This record gives sequence, C-alpha cells and structure tokens, in this order.
Amino acid sequence: MKTLTLALPEWTPHRPGQHYDVRLTAADGYSTQRSYSIASEPERVGEIDLTVERIPDGEVSAFLDDVVKVGDRFEVRGPIGGYFVWEAASGGPLLLVAGGSGVVPLMSMLRHRAAVPGKVPARLLYSSRGFDEIIYRDELAELARQDGLEVFHTLTRSHPPDWTGYARRIDGPMLAEVMKPFGRDALAFICGPTALVETAANALQANGLPPDRIRTERFGPTGT
Amino acid sequence: MNADDPMLDAVLDGNAVAGLLRAVFGTEMTTASGICAHCGNDAMLAELLAFTRGPGVVLRCRACAEVMVRIAETPNGTFIDVRGATHLRMP
Repeated sequence: MKTLTLALPEWTPHRPGQHYDVRLTAADGYSTQRSYSIASEPERVGEIDLTVERIPDGEVSAFLDDVVKVGDRFEVRGPIGGYFVWEAASGGPLLLVAGGSGVVPLMSMLRHRAAVPGKVPARLLYSSRGFDEIIYRDELAELARQDGLEVFHTLTRSHPPDWTGYARRIDGPMLAEVMKPFGRDALAFICGPTALVETAANALQANGLPPDRIRTERFGPTGT
Repeated sequence: MNADDPMLDAVLDGNAVAGLLRAVFGTEMTTASGICAHCGNDAMLAELLAFTRGPGVVLRCRACAEVMVRIAETPNGTFIDVRGATHLRMP
C-alpha cells in the first residue's frame, strides 16, 4: 500500500469519491491504464493523493509501488465520475461502508467533511483483514475525535487479544447496529470488493434503506 | 446476482469505466441513464454490471443481465454498440 502525491499542472477541484485514470507507457509504446480513487480532499489546492494497493500480478500497481520515484511524471485523466460522490451539500447523515482499499474514496469524503463547517453526523464501518492492514488507522482515530464521526472496525482474519471491535465479515446484524441511529435517513456509500458490496447493499435495503439512498462502487478481486 | 455467485469477482460497476465513457462520449456519463432494450429497466450507467477483462468493455443490465452497451477500442477506431439500450439520456 502506498500513497502517491501528484502535483497537477492543470488542477481542477474534484468531488470526493471521484477518481483519476493513470496511464503508463513503456519505451516500446506498450500502454496500459488503471483507475485510482482520490484519497485527498478537494480543499487541497494543486495536488492530489492516490492510495494504491499492490495486487498480485498487477503490472501497474507493482510499478507504482516499486519503481516510481519522486519527480517522475505521469499521464493522468480526471477527475472522473459523478455517481459515487459526496459533498457537504449532499447532506446526511452519512453512512460509509468500506472493505480493504475501498476506504480510499471514503477517506476523501471524510477529509472533505473535516475541512468544511456544518458537519453532518457520520459513521464508518470498515472491514480489514488484520489490525496492521487498517489503512489510515491513526488518521481515522484522530478524525473520530471530532464531533459527529464514529468509526467501527471489523477484522476478518486476525485480531489483537485485547480487540474490542467486530471480528467477522460484514453482515446484516452488524450493519443494522451501525445504521441504527440514522435509520432510513442514512445516505450510504459502500466501496470494496464486489462480494462485500453486494452483501452490504442487500443488508441495508433489507433494513429499510431506500435504494436511492445507497451508492456503491465495486473493486476487483482484492479480498478483505 | 447474489453474494455467493462465483462470477462476482469478474464484475465491476459502470463507475469503473467512467474514464472510457467520458473519452468516448465527451462528457461525464456515469449519471446518464439508459433503458434496457430487453427488460425495460431504467438505470444510471454507473449502476450497470461492467465486464472489463475482455478485449472490450461490456455493460449489462443489473436487472436481467442482458448486454446493453459494448465498447471496443481498436487500431481502426472505437466501436460503440448500444443496441441493448432503447436510449441513453444525458444528465
């Protein structure tokens, strides 16, 4: 896992949840492209953070993890997307559900929320394999000390002996507990591996949340 | 499609091809809506099932899983097949 900061010569403010396409071209002309969610908030002028998870046999993520160095130049296209976005004006209460690196676009939303006045109530339910694999762990704890944000972790493979959070895959009863204070007013964003997104979206609907209050973004098979 | 379906890992949603859609149509398209020509379901392109591992991109209806949009980028140009949608409505 690595966070890259890109200085953009033609910066335009993004909407939290949007992504950039990164294109890499080899000396022989071979070219390939991947889409990465923006982790930073739009209040940061002139640059963006992309948090990249290295996936097995991932030719682009391996390059970004190993080879890239400060000062390298990239061809990027963005910001892109208008569906999976949340801005302060979108309102709330905000219910965020993440699996693994699916937390990245939600982090942009939480950083944006922290940067603007008039914070809506927000809850994040975040599934990771183990304690050391929680992305942005310290920053999330810091953000949760601010008004109106609560962060709930679940660890699916291993957890410390004194762990007091959830310790299983996200399921219906877990979501029912986390969404309870918001009820049917919640505005939900779910991002993660496809199976997690399906489970969470179905559970939220079963708990009475209208489909038009649920936005989803599916990742490839990276697992949680 | 449910969470136990073995095909799930191969499927993303239309949001994943937002960049390609924007390059092809010249504008943000994930919040554009389309009507499925097979079952009549009305959905935003971001909500369609996206299959991206083939030589092109295929978008299928989330309700009936039939093909709505196919996009193939080739050396001879970009081919866009929208026979599976009765129309697309730009936001």
